[in-house]
Amino acid sequence: MSDEIEFNTAGVTKKFMYVNRKAPYGTIYALEVLEAVLISAAFEQHACIVFVDDGVYQIKKGQDTDAVNMKNFSKTYGIIAMEKEDADEDDDIDMVWRIIVEQESMEARGLRADDFVIDVEVIPSDKLAVIMSEQEIVISG
Amino acid sequence: MKFGILVNEGPFTHQASDSAYHFVSAAIEKGHQVMRVFFYYDGVNNANKLSAPQADDRDLVKLWGKLATQHNVDLVVCIAAALRRGIVEENLADGFRISGLGQLTEVGIAADRLVVFGD
Repeated sequence: MSDEIEFNTAGVTKKFMYVNRKAPYGTIYALEVLEAVLISAAFEQHACIVFVDDGVYQIKKGQDTDAVNMKNFSKTYGIIAMEKEDADEDDDIDMVWRIIVEQESMEARGLRADDFVIDVEVIPSDKLAVIMSEQEIVISG
Repeated sequence: MKFGILVNEGPFTHQASDSAYHFVSAAIEKGHQVMRVFFYYDGVNNANKLSAPQADDRDLVKLWGKLATQHNVDLVVCIAAALRRGIVEENLADGFRISGLGQLTEVGIAADRLVVFGD
């Protein structure tokens, strides 16, 4: 193992987007995207956390994972909501966080904005495509 | 151009690791800089030195290691993803190091482009 290598990122703020596309427990993608988002908060970057396709189920209220013996991590999304609040309230930090659900994915699954464990912006796919094109880094799972 | 690379799928199961390897090799050959390759999700299995593919198959684990030695490419395995998949210092292949997810965000900020390989 070589020594730790670090890059100087001071003063650089980029636009990160995290695209959640998968249901929460069938594969590990949802959990590991969540872990990546939480770590990135320390770097004070712009972040859009997006839920599309079955990814919208990740933040559905009332998850009960006992029968599948999986850790219910849906409450952890509350930390993302807190990070967003901090970013909104702190004028000293140039950092914008958005939590977005794609409207078509939500409606196709019979869900509404108040079915989610956190407050979200519901945005149609054509507008989401524009937001996506404005990003500098897109990480999906 | 300065590239960061994210590898999201395991070797052999999925072509993403091969594509990433070929991309990195070609980028270096063309004179670009690859600042870091970050291995996440099942991508951490690229760093398992116990991997033993058949003799007539490509050995991605060794190929990555060779790339790291020849071109000083920083190969970083996510510690959280690695530990739950049994990748630890004892079976970490040559050329790789284990570090935190912050190293992914960091290379995203520092590089001109972060290129993602996976589904």
